Amino acid sequence: MNGARTLATAARVLRQLRHDPRSIALMLLVPCLMLVLLRYVFDGSPQTFDGIGASLLGIFPLITMFLVTSIATLRERTSGTLERLLAMPLGKADLIAGYALAFGLVAVVQSLLATGLALWFLGLDVIGSPWLLLLVALLDALLGTALGLFVSAFAASEFQAVQFMPAVIFPQLLLCGLFTPRDRMAPALEALSDVLPMSYAVDGMNQVLRHTDVTADFLRDSLVVAGCAVLVLALGAATLRRRTA
Amino acid sequence: MMNKAGEAGPGAADGAVPPAALTTPTTSATPATSDTPAPLAASDAPATSHTPAASDTPAIAATALTVVRGDRTVLRGLDFTVPRGRITGLLGPSGCGKTTLMRAIVGTQAQVTGTLDVLSRPAGHPALRSRIGYVTQAPSVYDDLTVRQNLDYFAAVLLPGRAQRDERRTAVARALADVDLTTHADALAGRLSGGQRSRVSLAVALLGTPELLVLDEPTVGLDPVLRRDLWDLFHRIAADRDTTILVSSHVMDEAERCHRLLLLREGELLAEDTPEDLRRRNDTATVEDAFLHLVDAAAARARARTETGARTETETGARTETRTRTRTEETPS
Repeated sequence: MNGARTLATAARVLRQLRHDPRSIALMLLVPCLMLVLLRYVFDGSPQTFDGIGASLLGIFPLITMFLVTSIATLRERTSGTLERLLAMPLGKADLIAGYALAFGLVAVVQSLLATGLALWFLGLDVIGSPWLLLLVALLDALLGTALGLFVSAFAASEFQAVQFMPAVIFPQLLLCGLFTPRDRMAPALEALSDVLPMSYAVDGMNQVLRHTDVTADFLRDSLVVAGCAVLVLALGAATLRRRTA
Repeated sequence: MMNKAGEAGPGAADGAVPPAALTTPTTSATPATSDTPAPLAASDAPATSHTPAASDTPAIAATALTVVRGDRTVLRGLDFTVPRGRITGLLGPSGCGKTTLMRAIVGTQAQVTGTLDVLSRPAGHPALRSRIGYVTQAPSVYDDLTVRQNLDYFAAVLLPGRAQRDERRTAVARALADVDLTTHADALAGRLSGGQRSRVSLAVALLGTPELLVLDEPTVGLDPVLRRDLWDLFHRIAADRDTTILVSSHVMDEAERCHRLLLLREGELLAEDTPEDLRRRNDTATVEDAFLHLVDAAAARARARTETGARTETETGARTETRTRTRTEETPS
């Protein structure tokens, strides 16, 4: 692991992104527009908006970063630049940390915009600190990056990579407690939701929504999400092979 | 294997000037093509006539090199050496295993058996990563970065840190000048023409002044002027920077521009020789003819092998034998 190479990689990923302003706009604006939409869908029941809105602040960064990372690393694999980089003195950890850093930065901007909009313009009623919301959002973004990186190893084309989104994200979305509390699901599904990381992302957001202080549950949820992200990043690193058939 | 003794032929030795070097100008883009008696005599001299200098260990040495991809054996027991500071051409028809061999040398190919030493270390050794420049057949650069941004990034991987900022800047400027893209430095790589993009890919490989350059069909699809310029560049790099170059091609006229040749066909080495010796030994006017001659001979040998195999399998059935003989007579030699 080499800090200079990691930073150079992160800077390169951001530079690539800068040449693609449309993607930046989509990444930053779509979550905001969705929140605005949701606010007026639940115009008559602001409490519902509070619950779902807070959860979505955690889910958006996860989905966006998953998509962006899986496509970006797939492009790296198919364009031959990954093979070139791995034939050069670049550590796998440098590459992965570089990606995580660059997309993490984008996620911070995205979360700042979405959280700010929800709290101060859409009247999202959160009891806890907005900084904690931001922290969870960032961890979620990291998890999304990790999942995207891992999944890109199993996609042969961008077409397949996009199909992984419903395969990996949708089940978590249905089971994370967004639509109905997890303890009211069928026992088997509840048990399944207990092992899916997005459940903890949503639980963490709900802790901030209801409590002024950092609760033990919030700590546990954050640690689970962070731990999952690190674990999947390590798995992703294992899919980067210097020697291929 | 054609002949190991051919290594002592013209163009094989570096350091001390062998007699043959007079007739084989190493800096010229096209080594001498005439078969004058003088170089023949010189190349027939015994191998011990000139003891090479300290940098004598070959850049690449392979023994019984075999590569399996899936259930297919792509390279079968190759033995060869690539001398330092020279341009060695790797030639053969598409699909004969050139890219696989290059990937094995660079250390990105899995399932490699036998011994393969590159710059005196086993291929794929981490210490080799900064000493080898590899240009894949398809340009591997970031299309959504400018030429300079591409080079800046790869330079930062090779020469990381603030302390080496000046070296990086010099390396990038030199690589841009090498491939004649200084005027396009701020263009997006994705907007360049195919030839320009492959030159960006080449520039990346030149960044760290590698001791070994592995170039996979760098001139394919380029116009004649560009091809000549690139070959001039390869010769300049080999001569001035003492870089060993292994370059693959399926265009035989490029073979004449190499100091040494490895001819590959269906995963087997047909010949390892200088272009002059290859022409002389096969009594042909061009390397292309020599190659075709060797390919036909190999195909005939393979045919003979399968036929003897078929004959022994069916015991001594007289009818089978007659049929085999007829078929042999039908096929043109």
